[in-house]
Parts: sequence; structure tokens; C-alpha cells
Amino acid sequence: MTAAPTPRQGSRPVAVVSFAQAPNVRRDTAHNEVELLMPVITEVLGAVGITKDDLGFICSGSTDYLVGGPFSFVGALDAVGVWPPKSESHVEMDAAWALYEAWVRLQEDDVDTALVYGFGKSSMGDLGKILALQLDPYTMAPLWPDPVSLAALQARALLDRGLATERDFAEVAARSRRSALDNPKAQVAEDRTADELLGDDYVVAPLRRHSLPPLTDGAAAIVLAAGERAFELCERPAWITGIDHRVETHAVGARDLTASPSTAKAAEVAGVSAGPVEVAELHAAFAPQELILRRALGLSADPTGNGSTVVNPSGGPLAANALMAGGLIRIGEAAARIAGGTAGRVVAHATSGPVLQQNLVAVLEGA
Amino acid sequence: MVIEGEQGRERSGMSGAGDEVLTAEHVLEYPYSRSVGPAIGAFLAGLRDGRLIGCRASGGRVVVPPTEYDPETAEATGELVEVGPEGTVTTWAWVTDPAPQHPLDHPFAWVLVVPDGADTAMLHVLDAGLPEAVATGMRVRPDFRPADERVGSIADLRAFVPTAPAAGQVPKAATTVAATRPDSGAVTAVDTPIRLDYHFTAGTAATPYLRGLAEGRFVGQRCPVCKKVYIPPRGSCPTDGVATEGAEVLAGTGTVTTYCVVNVPFAGQSIEIPYICAQVLLDGADISFMALIQEIPAAEVRMGLRVEAVWVSPEERGPTMASVKYFRPSGEPDADYESYRAYL
Amino acid sequence: MAERCAVIGVGQTKCASKRLDVSIAGLVREAAVGALEDAGLGFGDIDAVVIGKAPDMFEGVMMPELYLAPALGAVGKPLLRVHTAGSVGGSTALVAAHLVTAGIHQRVLTVAFEKQSDSDAMWALSVPQPFAAPLLAGAGGYFAPIIRAYIRRSGAPADIGMKVAVKDRLHALKNPYAHLHLPDISMKMVEDSVVIWDPLHYLESCPSSDGAAAMVLGSESAAAASEAATGKRPAWVHGMAMRSEPTMFAGRDQVNPQAGRDCAAEVYRQAGVSNPRSDFDCAEVYVPFSWYEPMWLENLGFCDEGQGWRLTDEGATSLDGGDIPWNCSGGVLSSNPIGASGMLRFLEVALQVRGEAGEHQVDGVRRALGQAYGGGSQFFSMWVLGAERP
Repeated sequence: MTAAPTPRQGSRPVAVVSFAQAPNVRRDTAHNEVELLMPVITEVLGAVGITKDDLGFICSGSTDYLVGGPFSFVGALDAVGVWPPKSESHVEMDAAWALYEAWVRLQEDDVDTALVYGFGKSSMGDLGKILALQLDPYTMAPLWPDPVSLAALQARALLDRGLATERDFAEVAARSRRSALDNPKAQVAEDRTADELLGDDYVVAPLRRHSLPPLTDGAAAIVLAAGERAFELCERPAWITGIDHRVETHAVGARDLTASPSTAKAAEVAGVSAGPVEVAELHAAFAPQELILRRALGLSADPTGNGSTVVNPSGGPLAANALMAGGLIRIGEAAARIAGGTAGRVVAHATSGPVLQQNLVAVLEGA
Repeated sequence: MVIEGEQGRERSGMSGAGDEVLTAEHVLEYPYSRSVGPAIGAFLAGLRDGRLIGCRASGGRVVVPPTEYDPETAEATGELVEVGPEGTVTTWAWVTDPAPQHPLDHPFAWVLVVPDGADTAMLHVLDAGLPEAVATGMRVRPDFRPADERVGSIADLRAFVPTAPAAGQVPKAATTVAATRPDSGAVTAVDTPIRLDYHFTAGTAATPYLRGLAEGRFVGQRCPVCKKVYIPPRGSCPTDGVATEGAEVLAGTGTVTTYCVVNVPFAGQSIEIPYICAQVLLDGADISFMALIQEIPAAEVRMGLRVEAVWVSPEERGPTMASVKYFRPSGEPDADYESYRAYL
Repeated sequence: MAERCAVIGVGQTKCASKRLDVSIAGLVREAAVGALEDAGLGFGDIDAVVIGKAPDMFEGVMMPELYLAPALGAVGKPLLRVHTAGSVGGSTALVAAHLVTAGIHQRVLTVAFEKQSDSDAMWALSVPQPFAAPLLAGAGGYFAPIIRAYIRRSGAPADIGMKVAVKDRLHALKNPYAHLHLPDISMKMVEDSVVIWDPLHYLESCPSSDGAAAMVLGSESAAAASEAATGKRPAWVHGMAMRSEPTMFAGRDQVNPQAGRDCAAEVYRQAGVSNPRSDFDCAEVYVPFSWYEPMWLENLGFCDEGQGWRLTDEGATSLDGGDIPWNCSGGVLSSNPIGASGMLRFLEVALQVRGEAGEHQVDGVRRALGQAYGGGSQFFSMWVLGAERP
């Protein structure tokens, strides 16, 4: 049997062995969180032939504010069936950070497998208002700046400094949604050229409609396994050979919005440049952000997809943007390329907070 | 303002009863009065006094709004300084269609403005009329609300506005003046009310139960693995992680397994205190639920009390647990402790 | 555990019903700086930050770790925010500890807080949900019926809860950080207070507090360095575990939850504890409502089921003459910034093990248990700290 690649962080190799996601849709009024999650969890466990009883650790990511009530993650736990009692934890963050917590936990050899899941229904509330509450409660949130407005400030800065053009934004969008045609889970998939897209009206200038993500209800889950267990569970584990995350300062006016130093640092620690990046799944909810992240990760700047790295073959967040699950989905989609045998070394990125304030980077490799 | 287009598919539900899944509106609202501490307090007091206040951070940089702690060194920041009033726009975004919560109700630009003398930008809005009037690098000045309308909040600054254009004008030199504490009193707190509206879905499993309530019936579901009957059904059997199924119609009688008497007033309360809040195990169900008990003095309520549901009048019923007005003693002898001790 | 982990710095705020002198950042900062100074470190020495708190609607700030990043010295570092309901203060510490035991980091700052005065805890906990009847009256409304079931099962005399209420407030008088200082506390005072959730009197319930707690957790080499710098002994982690179970299911024992028993069994196994009552010198246990002391005494194996009330009744859990003092800090009954309360339990046992608990110190503590719980008595996090390196 082949050996797992040695990870840069930690001492125990951990791999993604299974990934499942709910259909990404604009509005799922039929299912509460439990009903949204349950089929995803059933699928992700079933794909590797395990049940909840085989799990050593469970960790989820979600936020109360999407649901409008406290402790929303508690009810969601009913989708798993934590009986007999299980070692289980939760972060009020994108589930990519729940995966990080599970990866840390799996470093110790008393547990071999972990379930990670995340969910978010953007349709329940007014996302423009909800996400404004992530901002400084004294000086920024009371103005109610929504994420599109903040992303537009970021996009303008890119244009002003000659770091990007509006055509670049359109190319990112065109390529992403064309790629999404091959993703049965994508919400928005279409084949339009950048020229056509440049005819869209501005929503918040300089962002046109095509540069914005859809509003999505979605959920996703991943099974992690360590060491030999990963080989037992699947033929081609996607080994996490590097993983790190960093946060920047909060005040939007105190940051350089045209760069992502936290992504660059996380990429350095995770060892992105130590090998070829065949595929990169980037959590860029707004088209201009993909350009920033490419630079931070040292990937080709060409948004049309003619560089050496395939970026967002799933379509990325421009095709489906389930909050709290979106970062986990980037990791799952990247891992799926390893599992499917179409790539040997991939990168996944997840973000949290206003205009890329916090970023996680993972490098995954086949054995 | 977020994209509202109907992109992508929807999943809308047919519950087992062949009706659409129930949804309801839900409001989360609170006035939130926040204490601000000295640095933010000074900034807000400055706004109340018609001034922009920043603070000195590591390397002598001037940060506005003042952060309490330096992002580079993590140390507490230093002295307060007055900056501006004029400043320079470093980036902007044009909102054609303001949302109700936005600071202005006509098209405006979000801006990052570096006030003269500061080294960081502050986020606010620019009231410039047309996007053609806005450009990175333009000079702006703060337009404060009338003094008697200012309270010590970021909204005391109504907006930035373009300065009067003058050819060859050089921005005010980057010098700062040490700020004195406003004589008119410190700002120690700020009100930041928040209201959020939600569309809540009951989910597929709960919908027949809720419709049953509208018809004056209790309808639960059974887990195919452990065979237990759950009411209200929430979509899964919590121990087996599988969907509960079917429609188990239960009688409106049950047992109080435990209870408390609520005698504490609180914001958002709608039932008059004191009231009896009990766990009622309906006959045929395998879990109890929270219910109100009435028509019995609080001192006489006891574990094992047999109760029956009292419904609101048919016209008032709807798909909500509020269709059950309360439970009252049924007159039967108390249930044997052993029959309910495993349920709570 | 692969690497050893120790508590090498502890910091906490004075808890109060309203800390009107600080912003949220100021509150958190106070505890964080305290922990760093205690460890002889600066923010620059910290590798990662793990922060925890309860529901965001308490303060009306979504994901406040983002706003707090500069205040926590987290800029440029890994930052995690944990939320496991009431147990969060404990599980936050465990997530931080695992970063050390897994060998990922050498020094982790962990913080937990709640600034409940920005809103109102009763409101936040009782937000009516659509389709449900608006019956829930705060945490007490949820737990009082469970307490009633315990009283029935155990046959405990009615005054046991009040004895806990008095004991913990007497302990609090020796803890300058505690929110409630009630020098006149007595059985009569408790009995005379309004019965707000029958059978609980007002004074048998926890306050609503603003407060923050912080610790620096370090590896073995970090512990040695801090000890050399400050002269303070590390408190070594001998065992740690989390367990969760569903909120409600057919046949669930909410009085003596399996998840609590399993969590204790695991943490005792790791720490080599077979008889908690004699193996521990003290414990800090999440008792937000008086009767949870006898209930947790049983759940944590300090006595047989049904006998917890006897230990309370005999004074076994009192700092004043008891053989197994519980909540010498005054416990949750004396300070309850919900997101921080679990960490205060974990932090207080660190103080005890290090001999740093001042007036509420138990003599010669070698090993102590910290426990936090949350949700519908369904989330448990626990750790065992010892004076000896494991």
C-alpha cells in the first residue's frame, strides 16, 4: 500500500475521504436545517461505508444569525444522531474552520475518523443587513454596509490601482459559470461571454450583477480520516499536506483591500508553492476577489483559465454560495479532484468576515 | 443591498399531507445600548461636537476611527488627536438603489476617506448627487447634522460631501492638533437598535403536525428504526439520524411529567405571570413537550397530573402550538410515577 | 495526548451586571492582558488565539472574533471562535489545549466572554420561535422542571438547593472577581426571595453578568520558560474530554445525562482517577441553579445516584470544612457571563492547582476537576488539572 505524504503541520497524516453537499438552491422552503442536513450526512457516511457509530469526533460550522435564533446548531445536531453521546464541537464560523478543528483533533491517535458539516440558508433573512452585523458595532455596523457595497469598495480600489479591469471581473464570472455547467450541484451555470456580461447594469458600481454570488441555501459534509484508516475507507484519500489560517485587522479603512496578506501568509505556512497547483478552489464570493486571491496564492493572474492552474472547476461561489458551508465546499471540491484521479495536488481556500478579513488555505495531495 | 434575483432552482415542499410546507415571519429586534469605553467614547463625543478624532498608534501613525488596540503591536493605542475636517477619498462604490437601512435614502457613494492628518481611512457615505461627481483622490468634507440632533453616534456625521472645487488647491497639511476632552461631557454609551426579519420554515416533517393543530388534533411521527413516536416532529429521530415518518394521531390527553411555575417578568413575555409551564407527555407519544397548564391553582399542580388539551375556538386556530390554549386537569386519577418517570 | 499542555497564565475580569466602563474589546482585553502578564508573556509570544462565547445576539455582534482580532493580538495569527452553548467556555479551552497537545502551537491564548448588559439575557434566551407557543422563560424555565424531577427521584429534602445557594455566595465573598458579593447571605435570605421558577428562589439562580476569562496554554517548554520567568508553577492538563447528546429524545435522562457520565468517565480514565471524591482536592462545576450541585455530584460520580444531596447537606462541598470543596470561587451562582462561565470553571481549578486562588484557596491542591455544561444539559466539557507533570 502506498504511504501517506508527510504533512507540513502536525505529525499524523489526515485525509478527506468523503464529501457530499445538498443541491444549492435559491430558496429551500421545504426543509428545516435538520432535513437539509440529514441526506447530506447519510450520503457522506454511506459513501465510505461507515455509520455515526464509527465516528470519533464531530465538528460543525454555522451561524445563529442566518436563522434568527440562538443555538441553531443544537437543533441541527439531530441530523447526525449523537447517541450514544459523542465527542462533538462547533464553531460559529464557516465549516472550513470546523474542518480545521477536526484536523487538529485527529492529530491525536485516540480518534481515527471525524465528520465535519456546515449549513446556511441565505433565504431566511436579509443577508445585506445580517452580514453588516459582522462589523465593528460602534463605528461601522450602524451605517449598515452590506457585503456587496464593501466588495464594491474593494473592486474600485483594484481598478484605481491598475491591478484589474472590469473585463477581468467579467472573465472570472464567465469562466466560473461556464465551469459550473459541469457541476450538477451548481445553482447558477451558464455560457456567456465576458462581452455579454459587461452589458449588465451595475448593482453597486463598479460591481455588475455577474460579479456577485447568488443567494444560496445549502449544506455540505466531509469525512476526515487519519493514517491507515483513510486507506481503509477510500481508494484515493485526499491528504491534507498543509493547512493554516490567518486573520487581518478589522477596520476596513485600515486594510489594503487590494491584497490578501493573510491568504499569502497561510499559503506560505501551508506550503502552496512547494509544488504544482493543478487545481485551486477559491472562496471568492465576488469576482474581483478571485484576482486578489490568485495573486496572494502565487497563481497565474489570467482570469480566463489559460493559466497552469484550473481555478474553481466547480464554478466556485459565483455558481453557488452557501454561507457557512461555502469554505468547506471548496475543500470538498478540491479533494474530489484527487479522489477522482484528475489531479495530484490541489489547493483549497476559505474566507470569513468582511472583504477577505480571515483566510484559510489547505493543500491536498494524492498519495 | 444584495442581489435578489431568482437565480437557480428552488426547493419548495410538499409535505406528506399534500400541502405546501408552512412558513412564518419572525422578527429579531432589540434596542442594544452599548457601553463604548474611553477611546470609542472620545471618537463619538468628537462627532457630537462636530469634530473627527483619531488616535496615535505604533510608529506615530494616526488611526481613525480610533482603535483601542494597535493591530501591529497589540498594545493599547496612545493619545487622541483631531484630524480633518477635510479628507481625501481613497475608494468609493456607488449605490443606485439604497436599502431602507442605509444612511441615505437617495443614491450615494460608500467611501473610505482619509481625513487630513490621519494615516488610515474611515468608512462612511458621500452625498455627491451623481457617480460622475465622485473620484478616488477627490477632496471631501464632513457634513454634520445640526448640533441639537447630534447624540454621540456615527450617524452624527450625516455624510461627507465634496469640498467646493478650486483649481490647484493643495490638501491641508498633515499636521495634527492634540485633542482636548470635550467639555460637554464624555460619551460612554451609544444606542444601536437592530431589527432583522426572517422567513422561517417549519420543515416538511413539522407541517402535518402544525396543520393538525389547526384542526384541533395532535399528529406525531414515528421513527422507523427505534419505533418511537415524536411530537412535535422536527425532521429526524435524534438518536438514529433518520427521518421520522407517517402521521400518528394522538389523543388530546396526557400526563404532566414535570413542571415549574414561572414567576419572572422579562422583555418579550406574552403570558401573564405566574404561569405553570409543564412537560406534557401525550398518551401514545414517546417524548413530552412544553405546555401551559391552567384551571388549577399553581400549588395543586403535581407530577403525574392527568391533563387534557383545551383548544382555542376553531376560528382562532392556526398551524401553531398556540392553537392549544392550555392543558387542564382531566379529572382522572394521577398517573403512576413508574409510568412516566423515564420521561421528562 | 501526544504533547503535554499546561495552564501557564490566568486572567479574568471583575464580573458585574453591567461593565459600563468598557467596550466589548475592553472587557475581553482586560482578561487577556491579565493572562499574559501572569504568564510573563506579551502578545507577540502567542502563536494562536481561540475565543469562545455564547449566542451572538447577546451582544448583537455577528462573529465578534472578527471585530476583536486586533484587541486579542490576533492579527496575522490563527484565530478560532468556538460556540457550544453554555459549555463554550470549557470547550474553548479544550480546543486551545488540543492545539498544544497536537504539537501545532507552543503558546495559545484562549479567551471567553459575554457582555450581557448590551442586551438582556432573558430576552436572548427566550426569543419566541415561530409555530411554538411562547412559553420558554429563560434558562431557569427550562431547568426548573428538571430539578423538580431530581427532587422527586432522590427524595431530597426541600432545602438542599438553598444550602448550595448560601455556600457558593459565602465562597464568593473570598473571590474579589465574583459578581455577587452578598455578605448577609443566609438560608432565610434565600427563602425570603421570590420563587421565580418554582421550586427555585431568585437567590438560587445565577446572576446575569458581564465578564471575561482568559488563559495562556503552553507546551512543556513554554511552561518551563514561564515558570522560570514568573516563579509560578504550571497547572498540567491530565485529562480532557467533550461529549454531546441530543436535546430531547424518547427516554432521555435529562436529570443525569449519559453524555455527562461518559465525559467524566473518559476524563477520569485519562487522568487515572478512580474515586473522584477522594482523588480530587476540589472541583469547579457549572452550577447555575442551586440544585445542579447535588445533580452533578451524582452525574460526575462523586457519590452514588440519588445521594448527591447528602454530600451537600453534610457540608462535604464547602470550603469551610468540607472534604471535597466545590466552587470555591463562588461558581456560576455568583458570576455568570454565560460565554465565559465555563472557562471560569477551568481557570479556577488552574488557580487552585497553582496555589494562586488567594482567599478561596484549598490547601494543598494536587488535582482538581473543571466541568462546564450547556444547552439542554447536553454538551459537556471537562478537564483535570494536576500539579505534577503527567
